[in-house]
Amino acid sequence: MLAAYMFVSVLLFAIGATGAMIRRNFLIVLMSLELMINGAGMALIVMSYFTGNISGQVMFLFVAAVAASETAVGLAIAAMMYKNKKSVDINDYTTLKK
Amino acid sequence: MKTLVLLIIIWPLIGFLINGLFGKWTKNYAGIIAASALGLSFLSAVYPIWQVILGNIYDYVYFTWMPLGKFSVPFGLRIDSLSAVMLFVVTFVSWMIHIYSNGYMKGDPGYARYFTYLNLFVFSMLLLILGDSYLLMFVGWEGVGLCSYLLIGFWYDKKTASDAGEKAFVVNRIGDAGFIIGVLFILFNFHSVTYADVFPFVHQVLTPETATIIGLALFLGAMGKSAQFPLYIWLTDAMEGPTPVSSLIHAATMVTAGVYMVARSNAIYDMSPIAMEVVASVGAFTAFYAATMALTHKDIKRILAYSTLSQLGYMFIGVGVGVYWAGIFHLMTHAFFKGLLFLGAGAVMHSMRGLLSTDLMGGLKKKMPQTAILMVIASLAIAGIPPFAGFFSKDAILAGALEMGHPIIWIVGEVTAFMTAFYMFRFVFTVFYGEEKVPNLYHELHVHEAPKVMTIPMWVLGVLSIIGGWVGLHVSGEIPIEAFIARTAPTLEVANEAHYSEAFLMGFSACVGLLGIFTAWVIYIKKWITAESIANTFKPIYTLLANTYYVDEFVYFFIVKPFWWVSEFFLWKIVDVKIIDGGVDLFGWISKRIGWLFRTLQTGFVSHYAYWISIGVMLLTGWYLVRII
Repeated sequence: MLAAYMFVSVLLFAIGATGAMIRRNFLIVLMSLELMINGAGMALIVMSYFTGNISGQVMFLFVAAVAASETAVGLAIAAMMYKNKKSVDINDYTTLKK
Repeated sequence: MKTLVLLIIIWPLIGFLINGLFGKWTKNYAGIIAASALGLSFLSAVYPIWQVILGNIYDYVYFTWMPLGKFSVPFGLRIDSLSAVMLFVVTFVSWMIHIYSNGYMKGDPGYARYFTYLNLFVFSMLLLILGDSYLLMFVGWEGVGLCSYLLIGFWYDKKTASDAGEKAFVVNRIGDAGFIIGVLFILFNFHSVTYADVFPFVHQVLTPETATIIGLALFLGAMGKSAQFPLYIWLTDAMEGPTPVSSLIHAATMVTAGVYMVARSNAIYDMSPIAMEVVASVGAFTAFYAATMALTHKDIKRILAYSTLSQLGYMFIGVGVGVYWAGIFHLMTHAFFKGLLFLGAGAVMHSMRGLLSTDLMGGLKKKMPQTAILMVIASLAIAGIPPFAGFFSKDAILAGALEMGHPIIWIVGEVTAFMTAFYMFRFVFTVFYGEEKVPNLYHELHVHEAPKVMTIPMWVLGVLSIIGGWVGLHVSGEIPIEAFIARTAPTLEVANEAHYSEAFLMGFSACVGLLGIFTAWVIYIKKWITAESIANTFKPIYTLLANTYYVDEFVYFFIVKPFWWVSEFFLWKIVDVKIIDGGVDLFGWISKRIGWLFRTLQTGFVSHYAYWISIGVMLLTGWYLVRII
């Protein structure tokens, strides 16, 4: 049973990672990041459940809080990006190169 | 006494510091300060010199100058009979010339700077002659070279003057390299450079071969400083400096440093007949060669410069054949009469507003009677007419050469003596006698006798030019100056010394001098034969002499030009640009290529960074997994 749960968890993480890497729309990238966090969170809960140790679930509460604040910051960045360049395509933002 | 000896060199140093640091404020008093410093220096020297005459020798060590492991160089001053003569000449003649400079340099914008250099020069010169080791002598040696450079280029806004200064400096470097090599050889052989550690042990330590090497290396230094062939080329250009400088540095004192050094190293030279032969031959050749060039020149200062070269040649004959006292004796009398000749030329220049050509002068005696008389005295002295100073010293050298078995050098010396008398009186007759060559020139220039501040020092030197040689007269069976100098620099002992009738040699020398004067009188006063007709008869020789044997041109085309060429096309365009710059550029290029490799990773696309991060994470995790399995 553990393997099946872990499989779902890893699948969520992998889908998120792929999305973060290949999608160009910043909002989709944010959503993919959310998927990755939730994949990792699910692993925490599953492990907590199977080992009977409650601290994993407590940990997830923290992760969810961090994820929420991260999304808030991310959306604020997206708003500013749109305000600057009328675009949320991340390939329009290559200033790291300079 | 120890302090008194130190004071001799301290006074000029104080004068140098005052004028050097506060020249802006001392302005018109700079000359008085400098001359007083020299006067005090001379007064401090009188008592020690007197004690040395009475038979004492002073050698005081003040402090250890360079403690270097096994050997150390003390800072010590030594006054023995040899340095006493030099000390008298340097302090006294310098003092006179400092006083004279007060009048000559009046109103020059660099008044204080001039006296600063002059004081520094005297300080260095005193260090050179009083220092009790070769290294201390070398300090003075370089010090006087520096001051010479500074004073030749004193009017540095004049291109020819600054070039002449550079030339003097560069030519002297060649000689100084030889001097350093000589000193290093002494250091290797004796493990010390102090005279007291070297001269008494010469016979135990040196072989004739090493003595020859040291002697020749030191003589190379002397050739540079004392302007002997072929390193003489700087001295005539050095006439660009103020005339009192030519008088003090380039006639009376600095250029004789080489003679002093050879006489000082007499113990080393005595061991090497080859080195002595070289010294004497170079001296004889320079004496003759320079005198021929003085025959045709029309620039009064250059005539005197060639004459100085010629007289320095005599001094080297003296020390080269082994009669050291005669060389030093001539050095002393030469300082008096040649110093005076230059001061007289300076007085003429002063009233002629810097004009130098004999073509513009003539009959100056009426306008400048005192200068004219003094110039005649000095010329008689240099021509070797008894009882003037030059007669005794020159005769001592030539008689010495003959007695030591160098008849050829004696003949060359006598021929040169004839030329000397001729060109000096050519100078006197064309400048002071005869008719004014350019009508009304004197009136327009307001030619007048030099002020007292200039004529008094000249008179003092004039008196010395007459009586200065009398110390060379026989007194109760010996010659005082010979006995005195031979205490430090004994005459070389040769197995079969030739003997000639002294009265005959003296008479012969005097006749040669008179003949030279007579010839000049015939040509330039009576004009029975005109100078032009002689010049036309011997056209090629005249051209050669008038162009000073084309030596400057030769040096320019065969040494200076190739040197520039090598510097520009090899050292600059190949070594510097290609090798040195290229090497630096190569390292820059390598860093650039490596940087390019990593720079391409930075695309700026966020997804690429994410991609690299995930690869990194996978690698780290994979490595971790491999570790725990």
